[in-house]
Amino acid sequence: MSQKEWPLWEVFIRSKQGLDHKHVGSLHAADAEMAIQNARDVYTRRLEGVSIWVVESKHVHASNPDDSAAFYEPANDKIYRHPTFYQVPDSIKHM
Amino acid sequence: MLVKLCLRGMETLELTQEEQFQARIDADVRIEPKDWMPDAYRKTLIRQISQHAHSELVGMLPEGNWITRAPSLKRKSILLAKVQDEAGHGLYLYSAAETLGASRDQMLADLHSGKAKYSSIFNYPTLSWADMGCVGWLVDGAAILNQVPLCRTSYGPYARAMVRVCKEESFHQRQGFEIMQTLCEGSPEQKAMAQEGLNRWWWPTLMMFGPKDSESPNTAQSMNWRIKRFTNDELRQKFVDMMVPQAEFLGLTVPDPNLKWNEAKQGYDFGDVDWEEFWNVVKGNGLCNQERLQARVQAHEEGAWVREAALAHAEKRKQREEAKAVAA
Repeated sequence: MSQKEWPLWEVFIRSKQGLDHKHVGSLHAADAEMAIQNARDVYTRRLEGVSIWVVESKHVHASNPDDSAAFYEPANDKIYRHPTFYQVPDSIKHM
Repeated sequence: MLVKLCLRGMETLELTQEEQFQARIDADVRIEPKDWMPDAYRKTLIRQISQHAHSELVGMLPEGNWITRAPSLKRKSILLAKVQDEAGHGLYLYSAAETLGASRDQMLADLHSGKAKYSSIFNYPTLSWADMGCVGWLVDGAAILNQVPLCRTSYGPYARAMVRVCKEESFHQRQGFEIMQTLCEGSPEQKAMAQEGLNRWWWPTLMMFGPKDSESPNTAQSMNWRIKRFTNDELRQKFVDMMVPQAEFLGLTVPDPNLKWNEAKQGYDFGDVDWEEFWNVVKGNGLCNQERLQARVQAHEEGAWVREAALAHAEKRKQREEAKAVAA
C-alpha cells in the first residue's frame, strides 16, 4: 500500500457576490479539480459559497510572527496616516 | 529568547518565552499556527483535536447502521445529511490538527492501530430506530455542550473549526429530538421503544463529559491554557439540568433513581456514573470497540486503490500538460 499522502490544499470561499474570498480551512486532494469538488462537499454544504479558490498549501508563503515587532514597526510611529491625527474646526462640515 | 518588559515605568521584568505565551493566553489573544507555543501545549492540542476528529469519523458508524433501515425517505435523507456532516466535522478537525504539524496519515494510522482514542459513546450499539433519536438528542446534545465553549478555545484554527461544527450540530440535535417526539406521540410500542432507548443511552451520555474532575489530571493545565473553559463535572451538571425537563416534556423517565431537584443549588442532584464501565470501554472492552475499528480499517484499506489511482491520474495529467507546454 502506498504511503503517499494526497497534497494539502488551502480553501478560500466567496460567500456571496461582491465579497472577497476568505480562507476557510484546508483539505487533501490529488489535484486542483478534486480539491474544488471536495471543498464544495466539505465547506459549502449549506450554501456558504458562490465561488471557491484552492491553492496548494506548499505555495503559500507567510510572514514570520516572531519578527512581527520589527516587521510592522514602520507603521507604528506614523499616526499622521490616520484621519484622526488632524484637527478639523467644528464649523467645517463634510470632511 | 528574552524580552524586556517595563512595568510601572521602573521595574524591568524579563519574561521567558513560556511566560510571554501564558500572558497572551491570559489576555485572551488567540494562538495561531506559526506562533511560538510550548511543546506540551502543541501535544495536548494534537491529542485533543485528533481524538475529536476520530470521534466524528467513528461517530458515522452507529448511524450508518440505520441509513438503509430508516422508516421513511424523509428520515433517510436527513440521516444521510447528518452522517455527511459528521464526515465534514472530522475533516475540519483533522485540518486544524495539521496546522500543528500532525500528519493526516499518521493520525489515521494511530486511530487504526488503537493507539489514539475516540469518544467511548460510539462503542455502544444502535439497536432500534429510537437509538437514532437518542444519538441526536442526547449524544449530540452533550457534544454541543462540550463544543460551544470550544468556539472560544485559545488555539485559533481549532476555535474556527468549532464555530463551523456548532452551526451544524444544532440541526443534529433537533432532528434527534423530533424522532423521539414522534415516537413518544405514537403507539404504546413506539413510546416504549423511546423509553428503552433513553434507558440505554442516558448513562453512557453522561460519561461523554469524561472522568470526574478529581480524577482528571489534565483539566487544570487545559483550563490554564484556555483550551478548556469548563470542567467535566460542570458540563455534566449543565447537561442534566438541560435534559431532564426535555425528557419530562416527552413523557419519558430518566433512568436514575437518585435524580432529584435541588432547590438550593438550582440544579439536579443525580446518581453516580458507573466509572468501572467507563474505564472498561475506554480500555477497549466495550460492546462495539472491535467492530468499529474493524469497519474503519476495512474502509481505509479498501479505499487504498482509489487514493493511489487518483494520485496516478493527477500525475499523468500533469505530465501530459507539461509535454503540451514544451511542444507549444
